[in-house]
Amino acid sequence: MKNTKNFLHGALVPVLLIILWEAGSRYGLFSEVLLPSPTAVAAKWWAYLLPLQSLEPSQSYLAWLVSGEMLHDAYSSLFRVIAGFLIGAGLALPLGLLMGASTRIYDLFNPLMQILRPIPPIAYIPLAILWFGLGNPPSFFLIAIGAFFPVLMNTIAGVRQVDGIYLRAARNLGVNQWTMFTRVILPAATPYILAGVRIGIGTAFIVVIVSEMIAVNDGLGFRILEAREFMWSDKIIAGMITIGLLGLFIDTAVSRLNNHLLRWHRGLEH
Amino acid sequence: MAQIIVNNVQKVFKTPGKDVIALKDINLEIKQGEFVCLLGPSGCGKSTLLNAVAGFALPSAGEITVEGQKITGPGPDRGMVFQEYALFPWMTIAQNIAFGLEVQKKSKAEIDLTVNQLLELLHLNDFRDRFPKDLSGGMRQRVAIARVLALDSPIMLMDEPFGALDALTRRNLQDELLRIWEKLGKTILFVTHSIEESIYLADRIVVMTYRPGTVKRDQVVDMPRPRDPSSAAFNDLKRELGRLVMEEQQRHANDEMKLAAVD
Repeated sequence: MKNTKNFLHGALVPVLLIILWEAGSRYGLFSEVLLPSPTAVAAKWWAYLLPLQSLEPSQSYLAWLVSGEMLHDAYSSLFRVIAGFLIGAGLALPLGLLMGASTRIYDLFNPLMQILRPIPPIAYIPLAILWFGLGNPPSFFLIAIGAFFPVLMNTIAGVRQVDGIYLRAARNLGVNQWTMFTRVILPAATPYILAGVRIGIGTAFIVVIVSEMIAVNDGLGFRILEAREFMWSDKIIAGMITIGLLGLFIDTAVSRLNNHLLRWHRGLEH
Repeated sequence: MAQIIVNNVQKVFKTPGKDVIALKDINLEIKQGEFVCLLGPSGCGKSTLLNAVAGFALPSAGEITVEGQKITGPGPDRGMVFQEYALFPWMTIAQNIAFGLEVQKKSKAEIDLTVNQLLELLHLNDFRDRFPKDLSGGMRQRVAIARVLALDSPIMLMDEPFGALDALTRRNLQDELLRIWEKLGKTILFVTHSIEESIYLADRIVVMTYRPGTVKRDQVVDMPRPRDPSSAAFNDLKRELGRLVMEEQQRHANDEMKLAAVD
């Protein structure tokens, strides 16, 4: 009951806005090309979601159901985000652990990292195309860069804030260097690392949309740019809505994972 | 021969202004199975001495031996219980207790057996799969004691382990500790600033002076257990030790006042 009430309360402003927008479109306030009506956008979104061809006898129903352009695009974008993120985070995590644990390694790498960090991943686009050509590889490269720094910085901070009492307790139990790292420092740093993962995934998702505008021929970023070529404003907005939904889906998934991995953490107490 | 021998130990902390002599000419012998309390006001070096025995901070001069071996670092033969519990919050209660055994590469069956026995011994069965954040301070300290007992070390070092607990929980855990000590025959070196706690628990109380930390009195407590804190003998000793500790506490307070005046 309370949930329903909250939901209705939260829906008030968006619904009002859509009604105004629709009314404006009907009275001819906005041009069809510049700002299509909400109903036109919704119709296009639905068409974008549905399969392009009719069901063929040789095809399974499920395969047909997901054969629509949108699902294919969403899947392609998601795949790039995950692959690029895994590369970026996979490099950032061990480096961050080492930099956090050892001042010498930190001093060795930190100047380089501080110079590279402010360069937005977008600025790497020309090099990405030169080095990796067309297709997925330049996207992976750009997304990996976008995900790398948030994970790196948070991993370093996470290792540094590990409470010395855990280290003393572990030494007292007789752990060696390796066990100290894997069973004590790494788990103690997870709250920070996961916060970095969440930021990193967010950056990766921004970068994927941009990277799809340059070198590939599917994905949500590609689709809205393609729609622009044909002046399909309704499809651009339908694509943007899909991007928003996919982003929401990714963030919800990461947040669920967070809560599971940090179920021991005091911060989650209510 | 005594199990723990502290021989002419000094500890100096170098600070920018001047060196602080935390421990000076400490000589102590602790027999196997003995329950010894280190008593004194804060700043008297009792925790410094405990950390030296634990191997976390080695003496600047002199040496400490355990079973004839010189201490050069921390080790599982001297299990430590910290005031802040220091449980690993990402491990369940059972995993916390098992961790020291896993480090020693014990077999799964052996670990399970030991963990079950300790959960039983410390009345922690209901909390086996819970995380430390779900437990009260008293329960957490039980887990910390179980974790150290799992190592089966002959010596237990305890750094004001019950200092953060309320009076009732504290008495309850003191009784538990005595029960376990009598059952397992460990040597216990126990730091506290509570006079009553030291008389309630110890075979011997080592009263320390405030800066530099030296041994002011090595007092044997010759009372049968369980001890009655309202008995005459208990209170005579409490008065006597209270006088000694307050002298040092007064020096501590004067020192702080002087520092404040300089500022």
